[in-house]
Amino acid sequence: MTKAMTGARMVVQALKDQGVEVVFGYPGGAVLPIYDEIFQQNDIRHVLVRHEQGAVHMAEGYARSTGKPGVVLVTSGPGATNAVTGLTDALMDSIPLVVLTGQVPTFMIGTDGFQEADTVGITRPCTKMNWLVKDTAKLSETIHQAFHVAMKGRPGPVLVDIPKDVQFATADYTPKDRIRITHYQPKTAGDPDQIARLVEMIETAERPILYTGGGVINSGPRASQLLRELTAATGFPVTSTLMGLGAYPASGKNWVGMLGMHGLYEANLAMHGCDVMINIGARFDDRITGRIKDFSPRSRKAHIDIDPSSINKVVRVDVPILGDVTLVLEETLRQWKARGSKTNAAGLAKWWRQIGEWRAVKCLTYRNSDKVIKPQYALERLEALTKGRDRYITTEVGQHQMWAAQFLGFEDPNRWMTSGGLGTMGYGLPASIGVQIAHPEALVINVAGEASWLMNMQEMGTAMQFRAPVKQFILNNERLGMVRQWQELLHGERYSSSWSESLPDFVKLAEAFGCKGIKCSDPRHLDDAIMEMLDYDGPVIFDCLVEKHENCFPMIPSGKPHNEMLLGDADTQGVIGSKGAVLV
Amino acid sequence: MSPLNIKKGSSSHSAYDLRDPNAEVIESHTLAVIVDNESGVLARVIGLFSGRGYNIDSLTVAEVDHEGHRSRITVVTRGTPQVIDQIEAQLSRMVPVHEVHDLTAEGPSVQRELALFKVAGKGDARIEALRLAEIFRANVVDSTLVSFVFEMTGTPEKIDAFADLMRPLGLVEIARTGIAALARGLSNFPDAS
Repeated sequence: MTKAMTGARMVVQALKDQGVEVVFGYPGGAVLPIYDEIFQQNDIRHVLVRHEQGAVHMAEGYARSTGKPGVVLVTSGPGATNAVTGLTDALMDSIPLVVLTGQVPTFMIGTDGFQEADTVGITRPCTKMNWLVKDTAKLSETIHQAFHVAMKGRPGPVLVDIPKDVQFATADYTPKDRIRITHYQPKTAGDPDQIARLVEMIETAERPILYTGGGVINSGPRASQLLRELTAATGFPVTSTLMGLGAYPASGKNWVGMLGMHGLYEANLAMHGCDVMINIGARFDDRITGRIKDFSPRSRKAHIDIDPSSINKVVRVDVPILGDVTLVLEETLRQWKARGSKTNAAGLAKWWRQIGEWRAVKCLTYRNSDKVIKPQYALERLEALTKGRDRYITTEVGQHQMWAAQFLGFEDPNRWMTSGGLGTMGYGLPASIGVQIAHPEALVINVAGEASWLMNMQEMGTAMQFRAPVKQFILNNERLGMVRQWQELLHGERYSSSWSESLPDFVKLAEAFGCKGIKCSDPRHLDDAIMEMLDYDGPVIFDCLVEKHENCFPMIPSGKPHNEMLLGDADTQGVIGSKGAVLV
Repeated sequence: MSPLNIKKGSSSHSAYDLRDPNAEVIESHTLAVIVDNESGVLARVIGLFSGRGYNIDSLTVAEVDHEGHRSRITVVTRGTPQVIDQIEAQLSRMVPVHEVHDLTAEGPSVQRELALFKVAGKGDARIEALRLAEIFRANVVDSTLVSFVFEMTGTPEKIDAFADLMRPLGLVEIARTGIAALARGLSNFPDAS
C-alpha cells in the first residue's frame, strides 16, 4: 500500500522503516520541515549536537560499535560543509553512514541563495554515493537505496540532499520492500578456485602470518568468530592493523600484537620474514607496509577483500580473493577441513620459536618514573583497572592513540573506535558520545590528547544534555606530541608551533559544563584518580598530566622497511634521511 | 633467420595476457563505461581520474539507452598495466557504473572519431584543400567564397594526418568529438550470435 505524504514525513517514515532509532543532527532553515516531523513522533530519538562535525563522528562511533548505519541530519550550506571532515573520515575507514542534508528550494538552486552550497558537488569525492532529490515522488526510494548502498559491499558514507520544497510537497510513499532492485549488488562469495589456492598455501606454509584488518570487523561478528576458529585450528600467528583490533582477542594464544609504523617488533618482523601472508580485510596502507620495495620480500601473498580496487592497488598479491570475509573464511575452513586439516607442523614450531625470540625483546618496555606519570603507565593502569568490564574505547589522533593501541587489550570486535585512515583530530570525544548513546550502560572512555580533544570539546554540552556518562581520559603533555616527535627526529629539534600554550584549566572547564573534573600529575595517586573517574555516574574530564617529551616507540621511520625499526630513543640518531622526511 | 621480434604486450589480439604486471611501460587503453544516466555521474567518473591522478586523453559521453537510462562513456587513458587495472577496478566499484570494458585488452575493437575543420583560403590553396578532402573522404558541410568546413570520420591518426595537411592550406579551427569505440564481433553477446 502506498500512502501520500509530505517529503518531510517521508524522511521520518523511511528512517523508521529502516529501523533507525537515533539521529544525530543540528537544525537549520533548510531542514525545518523534517525537524517538525521529528518533533511529532517518539520512535526516533534526535541527539542535538553542538557542531555538525560532531554529529558525523557520533554517528561513526554509533555505527562502529553496533554494526548498524549511523544517521545524520543537518541543514544546507554550512551544515553540509561542516560534515565534510566526518564524511571523509568515514569513507577512509569504511563506516556506513546515511547523511541527510537540507538544501535551498529547487527553484533557488544555482542562484547563490542564503545558505546555499553545491552539497553533492562538494561531497562527491568524500561519499560512496550521493543524491540530490528534486522530486518528492523519488525521495523515499532514494533514502532506501541510500541505506542499501551504505551497508552493501565495502561500507561507506552516503548523502541525500533534500531541497526544502521537496520536503513540503506531497507524493506517494514507497515502502522499503517495494523499491526497484538496484543493480548495486557487490560480489560477496569468494572464487572457490582461488580459495583452493589459499588452502594449499595454508597447508604448506612454514612461516605464515594472518594480517587482519577492519574488514573483519565490518563483515560482522561471525567473521571474528571464524578468524578465531581458523587461528585455533591452524596455529598460525595473528597480527592486525589499527582498524582491526579486537577481531582476534589480545589475550589469545596466537596474538602477536598490532603491526605497522608503531606496531610491535614481533608483528613487524613476522610480516617481514614470513613465507605466506594472508591478508584478511586489510588494505596494505602505507602505515603498514613501510617501504614497498622491501615489504615482506620473500612471501607469497593472499588478499581477501570485498573491494576490487583494494586488491593489487599497492602490493601485488599471488592469490586475490574478492569477497566478504565471513563467506570466504567459511569456504576456506570448509575446503581445508575437507582436505584433512593439514599444516606444516615442524615449520610452524620453528616459526613460533623465532617469534618467541622477537617477543623476548619486549619492545614496549619504557623507562617508568615515580615523579611523573608516563603516558604508557597511565594506559597500563587504565587497562588494569577496567579489565573485565563492558568497555568501549575511542581515541583522538596522535601519540596517545598509538599508545592506547599498544597498551590496551581488545577482546572483542566493535570495542575500539579510532580514526585510522584520515587521522582526524577531534574524532574521539564525539565518537565516544555516539558509542554511549548506542550502549547506555557500558563504560565508554575516550583516550585523548589535550590538543585533539580541544578540537571538538563543545560536544561536552551534548554529553551533558543527553546524559552520556563518557569518560574523557586526556593524556596532557602540553604538546602536539606526535608532531613534536617528528620534529625531534626529522627537523633538527626545531619545535615549530607544536606546543599547547594557554590551555584551559580542564577541571574548571568540566565544572563549567556541569560535569566532573579530575586532575592528576602524581603516579602514586593515579590509581585512585582513575577509580574516581570510573565510579562517577556522569561525564568526566580527566586531566592526566604526563611526561612532556616522551616519544612513541617502536617506530618504523617513514621510507624504511619493517626490519629497520627503532626501539627507543637510543636508536634515533640520524635515522631518517631526507627521502624519508618528504613522506608523511 | 632473425628471431621473431614480438614485444610483450604489443598485440591486443593474443589469447594470452603477455603484459608484465610490474612493467613500468606506459600503455594507452580505451575503456567503455556503461553508467546510469543521472546528473552527477560524469562528474563522479571524471573526479575519480583527477582525484587519483589518472590521465584522460579523450572522453566522449552520450545516452545510449533512453528507456534504461544508460549512458556510455568512452575514455582513452594512459598508464602502467597496474594503473590501468586499478582504473578499471576503481570504475567498476562505483555505484552508478554498470559495466566497464577495457576494449584494448579484451580484443580487437573499432575506434572512430568525428572532426570538423574550418579552412580559409583562396586560389590554389583552396583547390588543393578540396582535392585533399576528396582523397580523405571528408565532406564539405559549409562553404563560403573564402572558406570551407570539412567533416570527417576516422581513426584519431587519420584526423591528425588530415589536420597536418590542412594546416599550411589555411586551417583556422578544428573541433573533435573524441573517440567512440566498440569491440569487434559478437564475443560480448553470446545470446545474439
